[in-house]
Amino acid sequence: MPGRVVTVTSGKGGVGKTTLTANLAVALALLGRRVTAIDTDIGLRNLDIVMGMENRIIYDIVDVAEGRCHLSQALIRDKRLSGLHLLPASQTHDKSAVRPEEVAAICEELRGDNDFVLVDSPAGIEGGFYNAVAGADEIVIVTTPELSAVRSADRVIGLAESIGKGPGRLIINRIKPSMVKRGDMLDTFDVIESLAIELLGVVPDDEAVIVAANKGVPLANEQSTQASRAFHNIARRMTGEEVPFMPIFEAPGSLLNRLRRAITG
Amino acid sequence: MAQASESAVTIRGTRRGLSIAIGEGEWRELLSELDTRLALGTAFFTGSRVNLQTGKREISKEQLRELAGLLQKHKVELSTLQTSARATAETAQALQVRLALAEAPSPQAAARPFEQDVSEGILARRTVRSGQSLRHPGHVVVIGDVNPGGEIIAGGDIIVWGKVRGMLHAGAMGDEGALVCALELASAQLRIGPHILVSPEGRQPKKGHPETASVVDGQIVVAPWGSR
Repeated sequence: MPGRVVTVTSGKGGVGKTTLTANLAVALALLGRRVTAIDTDIGLRNLDIVMGMENRIIYDIVDVAEGRCHLSQALIRDKRLSGLHLLPASQTHDKSAVRPEEVAAICEELRGDNDFVLVDSPAGIEGGFYNAVAGADEIVIVTTPELSAVRSADRVIGLAESIGKGPGRLIINRIKPSMVKRGDMLDTFDVIESLAIELLGVVPDDEAVIVAANKGVPLANEQSTQASRAFHNIARRMTGEEVPFMPIFEAPGSLLNRLRRAITG
Repeated sequence: MAQASESAVTIRGTRRGLSIAIGEGEWRELLSELDTRLALGTAFFTGSRVNLQTGKREISKEQLRELAGLLQKHKVELSTLQTSARATAETAQALQVRLALAEAPSPQAAARPFEQDVSEGILARRTVRSGQSLRHPGHVVVIGDVNPGGEIIAGGDIIVWGKVRGMLHAGAMGDEGALVCALELASAQLRIGPHILVSPEGRQPKKGHPETASVVDGQIVVAPWGSR
């Protein structure tokens, strides 16, 4: 059965697209799926760093698009998980170096050998965005629980709908239970109410994610923290499994209030 | 909705400015209607330059002078005349009115057309998301929300069966009598005709309390629905 191409996008930069792409790729691979992650952030590549593969890049997506190498030559295999590969971006070009049709063709070719093709997007809504969504079967929108990120996510959902790739599913990243409790941060329901798309997952803010990214070993390689459990739950939902959302804290008050505030996972 | 336009005077906004089209009918009646229409949208039309389209109609020097005078009374400048009648073209030239060629369709014109008269409406069952602009020369009814960064611009009334946090502009072609209604009117900025209402901190309407906005004594006033 051919694989699914999933583009991870957000509009706003710095909300966690790359980290999520890396961690979801690892989590899916740990579930036994064959996964290839593609970095389309040409000129500002970082998926390779987060996945610990930066020293092994010989060819990149621009080389493939321009025919200087075969796709298989550019794919880098993960050292720990044999079913996980990366197609890195180029650092010496920019987003204009590839066209949407070229990225779509690459995604199509990868479909045959993979269960999932995860496409990491650059920030923005210009050419880079259209490159990243060109081959997508489905879009995952990433936002943090902040007004500016939610506004950008709304814009991107609208764009995705207008090109027939919408509406997509939502991941709320880096939620801080203590701030939500104090009323200083939007809670999950505020965000969903604004964006009105299906929720794929909620990931709590966790320093361990950053530490792992710097080491080049995505956190999803283990399962001890809440954040990594959230990654795994999201991966399971992507395979079609129904996974209930985890409570992030015991909120005082009525049952309804507790249900409203206590959702993550 | 029905296509037939009742009026022989059509006022459109185009990329190049205002365009007034005069159709068939008795001259005096047409003038009178034009007078009324211009008066209704004074704040919007004042100071604008207009392209007059008279189609096949033959217009005498006297009539053209009358027309120009009427426009001037409303502080509208007659910029060009577009006609397919030879006699009218000659009259225009005699009075030193510039003739315009028929507008070539431009690919960008499709982006924001104000093609029809303000008597039709549309119904859209969707949420207007950030960055989207829903524009229509007539009335607009939306079943859905208008998110921050999204906007509706209508020549007629605007009704939103949902939550409005974006920008609404009703009566955008100068109709101060246009109405805005919403289930939840949380807009930070509302416009009716030439008037603007800005709520500095964003409005915090109570859920379940629909409101309407209209112009009263030259200002936009928001009132709870049902309070008359």
